[in-house]
Amino acid sequence: MIAEAGLAALWLAAAMALLQLIGGLTLLRGGAGQLVPLIKPAAYMQGALCAFAFFALMWLFYVTDLSVLLVASNSHIDKPMIFKLAGTWGNHEGSMLLWVAVLSASGAAIAVLEKRVEAKTLYATLGVQAFIALGFFAFLLFASNPFERLVPAPVEGAGLNPLLQDVGLAFHPPTLYIGYVGLSVAFSFALGALLTNQVGPAFARAMRPWVLAAWIFLTIGIAAGSYWAYYELGWGGWWFWDPVENASLMPWLAATALLHSVSILATRNALRAWTIMLALVAFAMSMAGTFLVRSGILTSVHAFAVDPERGAFILALMLIYTGLAFVIFALRIGTVKQGEPFQLISREGGIVANNIFLSVILAVVLIGTLYPLAAEAMGDKISVGPPYFNKATVPIMVLLMLALLIGPMLRWRRDEIMRIKYWLIGATAILLCSGIAVWKLAPDIGIFPLLGIALSLALAVAAWLPLRGRKLLRTPLPVFGMVIAHFGIAVSVFGMAAESGFSKETLTALAPGESAEVSGWKVTLDDVKPVVGDNWVAVEGEIVVSKNGDAVVLRPQSRQFFKPEMQTSEAALLTRWNGQLYAVIAQPDQEGDGRWQVRLWWKPFVTFIWYGGILIALGGTLSLFGRMFRRAKKPAINKWQRA
Amino acid sequence: MNRPWLLWIPLAVVAFFGGLAIFGLAEPEDTQVHSAMIGKKLPEFALPAATAGVPALSNTDMADGKPRLLNIFASWCLPCKAEAPYLEALKAAGVEIDAIAIRDKPEDVATFLAEFGNPFRRIGSDRELAVQLQLGSSGVPETYVIGGDGRILFQHMGDIRAEHVPMLIEKVNAAK
Repeated sequence: MIAEAGLAALWLAAAMALLQLIGGLTLLRGGAGQLVPLIKPAAYMQGALCAFAFFALMWLFYVTDLSVLLVASNSHIDKPMIFKLAGTWGNHEGSMLLWVAVLSASGAAIAVLEKRVEAKTLYATLGVQAFIALGFFAFLLFASNPFERLVPAPVEGAGLNPLLQDVGLAFHPPTLYIGYVGLSVAFSFALGALLTNQVGPAFARAMRPWVLAAWIFLTIGIAAGSYWAYYELGWGGWWFWDPVENASLMPWLAATALLHSVSILATRNALRAWTIMLALVAFAMSMAGTFLVRSGILTSVHAFAVDPERGAFILALMLIYTGLAFVIFALRIGTVKQGEPFQLISREGGIVANNIFLSVILAVVLIGTLYPLAAEAMGDKISVGPPYFNKATVPIMVLLMLALLIGPMLRWRRDEIMRIKYWLIGATAILLCSGIAVWKLAPDIGIFPLLGIALSLALAVAAWLPLRGRKLLRTPLPVFGMVIAHFGIAVSVFGMAAESGFSKETLTALAPGESAEVSGWKVTLDDVKPVVGDNWVAVEGEIVVSKNGDAVVLRPQSRQFFKPEMQTSEAALLTRWNGQLYAVIAQPDQEGDGRWQVRLWWKPFVTFIWYGGILIALGGTLSLFGRMFRRAKKPAINKWQRA
Repeated sequence: MNRPWLLWIPLAVVAFFGGLAIFGLAEPEDTQVHSAMIGKKLPEFALPAATAGVPALSNTDMADGKPRLLNIFASWCLPCKAEAPYLEALKAAGVEIDAIAIRDKPEDVATFLAEFGNPFRRIGSDRELAVQLQLGSSGVPETYVIGGDGRILFQHMGDIRAEHVPMLIEKVNAAK
């Protein structure tokens, strides 16, 4: 019964979306708009119905109702409860339902909360939201019904891809999805404002919290995904420039640029057309990313839910949305008036530099990701790997970081570079001293790790300077948010540079009792024994690592899952403040002499990459709270003034 | 904006992406290996016998005018066990198969052949992976179609499954 009720709720929600869209269209046509009063209630209903459908599916996974096809093919009676629940979105149909549920909930939230933009713009925005939602409803109901029954019901269920049976990963895709959906709200706002001629600060203030929230989720999602790939895939790498990773990075780059340009539009009323453009691009990138992941069109190490037919559906949706959006953009942007002017040396100038560099990185990543596809169209088969991406993006990131050393210090509208001359001298000194120090310490370090360390040290200081001369208690939260996020970038870049510049690797075959050494750590394989889990068996190495009397036991595993059958390696990590020891045990050595392949890395400061990511997201969250808090406070002051 | 055509660039990018994506979806998945070794002569090698009772293998053994398969396998490799029945089926269809055993010991190869049957005419032992690397093979199992003149005609990566058997028979017959 629950499954049928969920399906019925989806159909009703689709009808609500249709009503919402038609209401919006009558308004734009300049008609009487009798349907307009229905737009907001339709948005509430749509949100509630979709939430019901999603929780219905979650319930089915909770009770493991195997008469539902999706549950039978993605769950198993023996699976731990947390992964049963995560199974709700750990598959194509469920994740699309999650997408639609979040999309509808955001539509309802806009309808309830948004008071700043003109009513007409709000209705147009909700209309665009409904238009996007309709496409996904069609996708769900016609091509990927999550509530389909299976007759006869099996007795135990097929299981979930073992790589995905991991707490971190259970929450990684939904985090990214929420980010993507948040960008769809920005897209709707941008089109709504464009269609109703309301591109200005009010629209930017309405859109900003959504962009910020989406960006926070994307940041967390990417950082979590990177950490997961680092310890679960057992390759010891935190970024591979894999198409699927790029698919999540591109929306983040666009959202980061948008986040900065929308704040100019909100406070200074400049960069109007550019902000609209970025909002459209950010959502286009989300759709393109989803398409690349789902279609399996590019070869990737972690394409989990590949289906070309569904890929075609997502492609069609993406082409319709972004195609229409860019047509509207080209036709209407001429009516958007020029914003306020500003000088090159100014806060605006700094943010424009940020936007240009981020856009160039985005273009480089997009070209690199699509190039194999284009080459295949020309009859060539190639793949584009890390060397291209590192060479092409890192120099631009260096420029971006240089801009970040100066930009936040500048005043709005116009400034003199001489005003901050002491900081310029200080920054140059930090760059030169740390650069020379690192070079003396490790003469054979590459140029980019060297630059990365020097720049991150300078930025670690620069990030805090905007607080100088402010009364800390009266400083608005968003300023703290900016400071912490920029400091997070310094921390993250420091981790990346140290890891890529100073990692030590040892690949060895050890028999129990034998030792190896990596970067001053003595590593002894004590024992190898079989262990059994819920739905896997494994060989587990007992490895004692010691350095200066500090001895710890690590237990890396090589796991064999059944249902479905698959082998994965569980790395064992030893975290110290200045880095991580990373141990992987692989197959028995092939000569059959009782030795086991053991792979060891010492990765200095590698954890800083993710600490930085957390700081960046924390900065965004502070900023978001600051904006919400201030919004809540304003009417109170007005009441006091009236009294 | 004094150059209105610039405004259409984003749309052009979307159209380009769409075109590429449609092409990519329409293109059937290409499972064939485009090795640089296709069409080239086998490298020169003379491997010792992998186990007692089966002759050793050199490149000249395979340039006797008769096309055949060259199977790269190892006794410690799981998929190699899975493909053993299909190699037997190929032998039963009249295809001659030579093999190279990778990083193996004579007694292990003997146990493997005793358990899974011996479809091979000759087996060379490549303990240092020297010949495997020269052949452009990246793992076990892999199967090559070798022409009667000792040229590499085709490379199949991974285990041979039921659906590959007729394809391999046809490739060998086409080379006659």
